Amino acid sequence: MSYWGFRKVMSVSAKALPKVLDDSIDKAADRLAADQISAVIERLLYNEGGARLKTYMETCAHCGLCSDACHHYLSNNKDPKFSPAGKVRQTIDLIIRKKGNVSIEFIKRACEIAFTECNLCRRCVLYCPFGIDVAYLMIFVRRICHQLGVVPKFIQDTAHSHSATFNQMWVKEDEWIDTLFWQEEEAREEIPGLRIPVDQECAEIFYSVIGPEPKFRAQLIYQAAVIMNVAGMSWTMTAKPGWDSSNMCMYTGDHEMTARLKKVHFEAALRLKTKRIVMGECGHAFRSVTDVGNRYLGWKAPPLPVVHAIEFYHELISNKRINIVQKFDKPVTFHDPCNIVRGGGLHELARGIIDKTCEHFVEMHPNREHNYCCNAGGGIINCGPPYTSKRVRSNRVKADQLRDAKSWGARTIIAPCHNCHGGLEDIIKFYQLDMDIKFFSDIIYGCMDKNHPLTTEAIKKY
Amino acid sequence: MMHDIYYIVSGPMVWISMVLFAAGSLYRVFSMGLLAAKKDHVVISYMNIRYALRSILHWIIPYASISMRRRPVMTAVAFSFHICLILTPIFLLAHVLLIKESWNISWWYLPDRIADAMTLTVIAGCIFFLIRRAIRPEVRYLTDASDYFLLALVAAPFASGFWAAQHWPGYNLALVIHILSGEVLLASIPFTRFSHMLFFPFTRGYMGSEFGGVRKAKDW
Repeated sequence: MSYWGFRKVMSVSAKALPKVLDDSIDKAADRLAADQISAVIERLLYNEGGARLKTYMETCAHCGLCSDACHHYLSNNKDPKFSPAGKVRQTIDLIIRKKGNVSIEFIKRACEIAFTECNLCRRCVLYCPFGIDVAYLMIFVRRICHQLGVVPKFIQDTAHSHSATFNQMWVKEDEWIDTLFWQEEEAREEIPGLRIPVDQECAEIFYSVIGPEPKFRAQLIYQAAVIMNVAGMSWTMTAKPGWDSSNMCMYTGDHEMTARLKKVHFEAALRLKTKRIVMGECGHAFRSVTDVGNRYLGWKAPPLPVVHAIEFYHELISNKRINIVQKFDKPVTFHDPCNIVRGGGLHELARGIIDKTCEHFVEMHPNREHNYCCNAGGGIINCGPPYTSKRVRSNRVKADQLRDAKSWGARTIIAPCHNCHGGLEDIIKFYQLDMDIKFFSDIIYGCMDKNHPLTTEAIKKY
Repeated sequence: MMHDIYYIVSGPMVWISMVLFAAGSLYRVFSMGLLAAKKDHVVISYMNIRYALRSILHWIIPYASISMRRRPVMTAVAFSFHICLILTPIFLLAHVLLIKESWNISWWYLPDRIADAMTLTVIAGCIFFLIRRAIRPEVRYLTDASDYFLLALVAAPFASGFWAAQHWPGYNLALVIHILSGEVLLASIPFTRFSHMLFFPFTRGYMGSEFGGVRKAKDW
């Protein structure tokens, strides 16, 4: 626990961030008519800007205490333009004060700020005495950009994919099914008789992954299948739309698609009459299912229980559905992903799994709710290669934090979130940290007893 | 002339400012509540008294949040400033006497020397915030003229009140300024950024409810 464990972040002179050219922002914004901007903004402010927007904007005392929270601010030489309140001031504050009469250049800059200089990580909520939700304000700006059609190209492409296919990566139905068969076949060599049940009704668990798993990280499906089979779980995946739990529309300000995607996802699970949704190790997908999508659908809570991989693995290990026969021997540290820790409170369960599966554990500081974001989340990594350099430079504090953990012995980072993996990989490469990153499923797969599936008796007892 | 002004500011204008403060506060809170019910239903749906209080407590107890521990001086100044700002006017002997004369009700009052010290604490707090605003880049960036104006508005009744209480030269004028600026300050609370006084329990409470009830995490 690191209440006092904060280091002073050294102020190293950072080079000015590169100017990013993004057609999807520049050209789209140039096409806007002047009155179009004010008309869209006025409509949104009137229809969607309610008590939260008003109270947050009027309550902010301009004290600047939120600055300490933001990795963009800390990494960019404490440039006040990157502080949470500074970003609000440059965007929604001016938009409201000018009643939407802002220029095309303003919209371009606001778009860049809202999409690439804020991860919606909500660390600043822990530093603002009033609890002003800067992420909400930035999502409002993104919503305006979305309605104006000014959104960074790469993330808009994933949103298009969501709209057209209900998955994030343009994965076609046959490719998806083929990937499942392929992983099943591979895994059968290791565990004879292993199955990846597809569209099996009345299974207990509806297992969902995110689009990038079949696209780039198919081994995760393999590992999940091994864990499920060894544990003797009753589970299924679906071949139909709804297999992908990710939701980039949540980050582009497209609330309508956010809701549709979650509806398809819930319906897939309910159609198969499953008891609960278990999700792979992804942060934003977890929050989109447990907390965001249901709100846009008008439901206070999801229609069936949703369980993150961390909770699920913790349950399997504590119930002895899987046996850990050896411990991971390299010293590990744990990166608390925003969406499942500040957004889901899974930090202690994660440490519980580490305790059972790893020999040495080193905390990074700050940790738990106060961990720094990986700077990939909130859709920033999905804004693609044009912003990679900026993204990595804007998270020097994360590199310092990891370097400290490494100096205390850590060699492997466990990050149970896809976005965090992407973000941390880039940081490790750029700052030459020479550490490796793993998912929990990598660790558990490596440490569990795969030869001795539970006897039917033990399963009955459970 | 001076007497006429004195009677106006110490008579009808006191009532006007109090009514503006009380009615304005009620109006702001209720109208915001109605707006929330209409457009931000999540605020009402997820509001949870237990978690709201949990969060509010962590933010009204000095140094109970990491943010406060990270800024020890700012926290000390901010707390002493706000405590003195609210308590001094209520428990000042002169104010208690005025109320006793008017309505024949009275309550405990502060010894003069402590009241003086508390008044100076408020003024010192204003100077601290002023300097902080001027020299810290992240605060200066957020600052516009209204921030300085609001600081001056807080300082004015305390500085002029202290002046008058010490019977320094021109204390009659100081007294008028004291009453007038106090009235303006009170009446402006619901309609300016001072409204954080009204909305703090709601913004913090809502965030506390979201973090405690939905996110299962701490927000301090």
